[in-house]
Parts: sequence; C-alpha cells; structure tokens
Amino acid sequence: MADRVLSVKLRQPAPIPLDVEFTCDPGDVLAVFGPSGSGKTTILRSIAGLYCPEHAWVQSGADTWTDTAARTFAPPHRRAVGVVFQEYALFPHLTARENVMTALGHRRSGERKARADQLLDQVHLSEHHDRRPRELSGGERQRVALARALAREPAVLLLDEPFAAVDRAVRRRLHDEIDELQRTLDIPLILVTHDFEDVVRLATHLLILEQGRSIARGALPDLTSRPDLPWLRESIGLGSVFNARVARRDAERGLLALSFDGGTLVASEHALGIGTRVRVRIAARDVILATSEPQGLSLHNALPGTVSAVNADRALDHVVVQVAVGGVLLLAEVTRDAVARLGITAGTRLYALVKSVSIGVIPESGA
Amino acid sequence: MDWAALRVSLWLGAGTIAILLPIGVWFGRLLAIRRFRGKLLVEALVTVPLVLPPTVLGFYLLVVFGARSPLGQAFQTLVGQSLPFSFMGILLASAIANIPFVIQPIQRGFEAIPSDVRDAAACCGLTPWQRFLRIEVPLAWPGILTAAILTFAHTLGEFGVVLMVGGNLPGETRTLSVAIYDRMQAFDDRSAGIMAATLLAIAVATLMLTTTLARRVSLPRG
Repeated sequence: MADRVLSVKLRQPAPIPLDVEFTCDPGDVLAVFGPSGSGKTTILRSIAGLYCPEHAWVQSGADTWTDTAARTFAPPHRRAVGVVFQEYALFPHLTARENVMTALGHRRSGERKARADQLLDQVHLSEHHDRRPRELSGGERQRVALARALAREPAVLLLDEPFAAVDRAVRRRLHDEIDELQRTLDIPLILVTHDFEDVVRLATHLLILEQGRSIARGALPDLTSRPDLPWLRESIGLGSVFNARVARRDAERGLLALSFDGGTLVASEHALGIGTRVRVRIAARDVILATSEPQGLSLHNALPGTVSAVNADRALDHVVVQVAVGGVLLLAEVTRDAVARLGITAGTRLYALVKSVSIGVIPESGA
Repeated sequence: MDWAALRVSLWLGAGTIAILLPIGVWFGRLLAIRRFRGKLLVEALVTVPLVLPPTVLGFYLLVVFGARSPLGQAFQTLVGQSLPFSFMGILLASAIANIPFVIQPIQRGFEAIPSDVRDAAACCGLTPWQRFLRIEVPLAWPGILTAAILTFAHTLGEFGVVLMVGGNLPGETRTLSVAIYDRMQAFDDRSAGIMAATLLAIAVATLMLTTTLARRVSLPRG
C-alpha cells in the first residue's frame, strides 16, 4: 500500500510559474484548489507526463516518472495513470465500449470487451455501451471517461474539474460514485477543482494554489480551521470542515443530532440514518462568541471552548478567532469591537454559538 | 477519343496522390499540432502554387528541372532520362503544383482534433503510432479524403504546368486536357467534345464518390 504513494515536486519560473511539492497516499483524495489560471491543470499534466516543467520530480511508488535532474522522463503511455479530462475528451468516433477498450491494451484482446462492459457497469452505466459520445448525456459521458481512466488499472487517478460540465443533481450522484470508487481503489486520487463543494464532499487533503505556488496544504480539517488563509476567506469564506456521525434523528421537530470530537451539534433535519458519517461545515460568519452561556435564545448549539488563536491582521476588516471545541477547531469572524469588549485573547474560555440551520451537513456515502 | 491521353491523365492523377498523400499527412499534421518559428512563412510558401499563374510555375519548374540545373543533372545521371518533356517530369510538376490542395485540407483535418483527445489517447496507454492510426487518422479522415479528391480532380484539369513542363508528347505527356486543346486546334470538334464529356463524367463521379464517402465517415460522428 505504502509503495503507491505519489510524490510530486514541480518548480519553474516561466512560462507557467510553478512551485509546489506534495505527496498523496493511497486512499487519500487531494484536492488542488485555486482560481482559474493558477496552474492547477498544469500540475495534473505534469503528473500525467503531458507536460514537463523545468525542474520536476514525479514518483509513483517505486517508479520514477519524471526526474529532470537525472533527465528521466517517461512518456504518458508508459505511466500507469488514469486521467479524466475537463471536457472528458472521449474519442468521438468510438462507442462508449470502444472508448474504454482503447485503454485496455495491456489486456489480452479476447477479454477486452467483457472487461470494458464490466468497467462501465461499475460506474453505473449499464446501458448505451454501443452509443457514441454525442449520443450520451453529460453525466453518461463523465461515466465513460471515468471507466476509461480506470481501465488502465492506474497507480494514480487524476480528475480535472470533472463536474464542471454537469448539473447539480448529476454532480451529487457523481460525487457519491467517486467517493465509492475511492474506497475500493486504494490509490492516490488528485482532484482539481475551483468549486469548494467538491472539496468538502470528496477531499481528505487540500492544496491551495495561487499563481502556481502552493500557499497551504494539509488535511482538510486542519486547513479549513486555520484563521490565517486570507485567500480562502476571500474566495469562499472561512469555515471549518470536520467529520461527525448522526447520533439521533428527531423527524418530528426537524432536528438531527450529530456527535463529533468535542460534543454534540444540533443541525436541521436531513434524511439520514443513525450512524451515518457526515462532513460538517460551519462558516466563520455564522459563529457568534459569548463569554457566558446565553439563556433564553432560540439557539440549539452553545459549544464551550477555548480560544486557540486570534488573527487580528490589519488587512482584514474582521478578526478571525479560532476556538478549540474538544478536538475540533471552529473559526468565528467577529468585529474588532467585539474582541475588545469581550477581551478575547488566546486561552479565553467562551461559548461558540451556532444556529442549527447554519450547519452544512454532507453525508459520506458508502460508510 | 485519345485513350492514351486518358491513360496518362489517370496515371498522373493516381501518381500525384501516391506521392503527395503521405507527405501531406505528415506535413499537414506537423503544421496542425506543432508550433515552431517561421510557421507562418512555411504556410505561406505552401500556398504559393495556388496563387501563382500555372505558366509562371511551369516556367520556374522548367528552369529547375532543366539539364543545366543540379536537379536536372542528378535525375539525368540516376535515371538516364531528362525531366522536361517526360512523364516523370509532369508527375513531379503536378505534385508540386498540388501541394496546397493536399496540405491545407489535411492540416484543417488534424487541427479539428481537440488537443485533449490526443492527450487522452496517450493517457490510455497508446503509443504515438497507435494514437496516429487509431485516433488521429480516423478523426482527420474527412480532411485526408478531401485532399485526395481535390488533388485528383485538379490534376485532371491541370493544363498550363503540364504543357510548359511536358509539352504534348502522345502517350507520354499528353494528358486529356492537353489533348482537348490539341484537337480543338485541329478543328476536330467531335473528338474534343467526347474527351470533354469524359472529363466532365469523371469530375461528377469523383464528386459523388466524395459526398458518399464523406457522409459515411461523418455520419457516426455527426
């Protein structure tokens, strides 16, 4: 398992500036997140061997794919890499099945057809195997592209904005499928996206990219609870993401109790079974801080915690306060005035107040 | 009806395609996917035969093919025959005159393939040759077919260059187009009419063939 770790180091000043270094373990989903033009796709292309930056080192397990220092560069067709391209890049003159069979060159010719059908079934495309891409819907094309990427039995799976061209309903279903795949594949998966919903839903790790330079990287809960990432704040708004589990469900009162590493949260009702693992996102703007437990409010969540960090950077119009609630770090965006009035510094004990309707709950399928 | 002229014309058309198509696929693809310095100049040079008056082109080819030129001398030593006023001469001239008719449609054909699709083929494990044969050629096929048909049709109609380089030798350099002119000069309207009708029939047949093939190729892709 550990022998399939993907290690990447890319550096060049021009024409596309790049300065990134990361590893991705099998089973992990690393989301490369950043604005368009920040070099996300170039990173994927460098891993796939479609591009070679000036200084590059790409290693998959024991195989060195790129090492510019040693003048090593394996062409894309010699890398066990599965790629889902942004617009899918299906072969327009071939049927869905033939598209997948194209990537099965390593199999004996007699078994390719059956294997292609099996892969298409696996991504839930049980019919239309004989149709050409233009006769398929956006979601179906996406599935063909995914099956084709898996056909090579890749050591790394690369997804380039895979949900950009499909509507929200299809996107949700595809999220579930990729999530499910990731659990069975046990290879590193790199997901390039500019939509944070994809990140919250699928990623275990996050790499934030700005003009080709990685400005932060780490596990998703660690990064989302950092108070000092102005870029994240400006683009999507700060907000911690952490894991929780459905503890109780009160359909009558429209409530869902979620247990997490720090207590219990009450969120508004979702049709989820008890025990379901979920991801929770709480936006920093929706968190209110109080020095004593408030009474007589409509609020369900008053979480006792300790201030672990305060970012009062002059460049910001608010202060970002990081509060440790058990093992989970929440962020709260409050005014300078509030910080002064309440005397908030690192170590202050207080309550983080969160409305139940402000809690974003995203189920993890297959768990 | 001058059967020898018809034979010369058909051989000339087929020979020109045989020489130009492989070169056209190689070079057209190169122009479509590579970026290099001086590409604009190369593209302009490729188009020159299209805008040059055929007699001017013929004149320069005669100069280049002539016994005093290095090419003419080399050919004379190798084949023991001179290029001007021979079938080899008009074949070579026809190939040069038809360069734009071959390169441009093929270049457009390869340009129409999205670069993502070529990348995807590489990421499917296909070697460069497999990518070329299984993905690129089928997708650029309408362009390649157009190039072949245009070349064939244009060769049949070529008059100025052939006459300048090849003259009017029966069975060797007298093509159907030249033969029609020859017959008209001799006031043999009937023969000229038959041969003109033959060329017309061939032209219509080629166009019909193109349309049928192009439809068969493009139907599955829309």
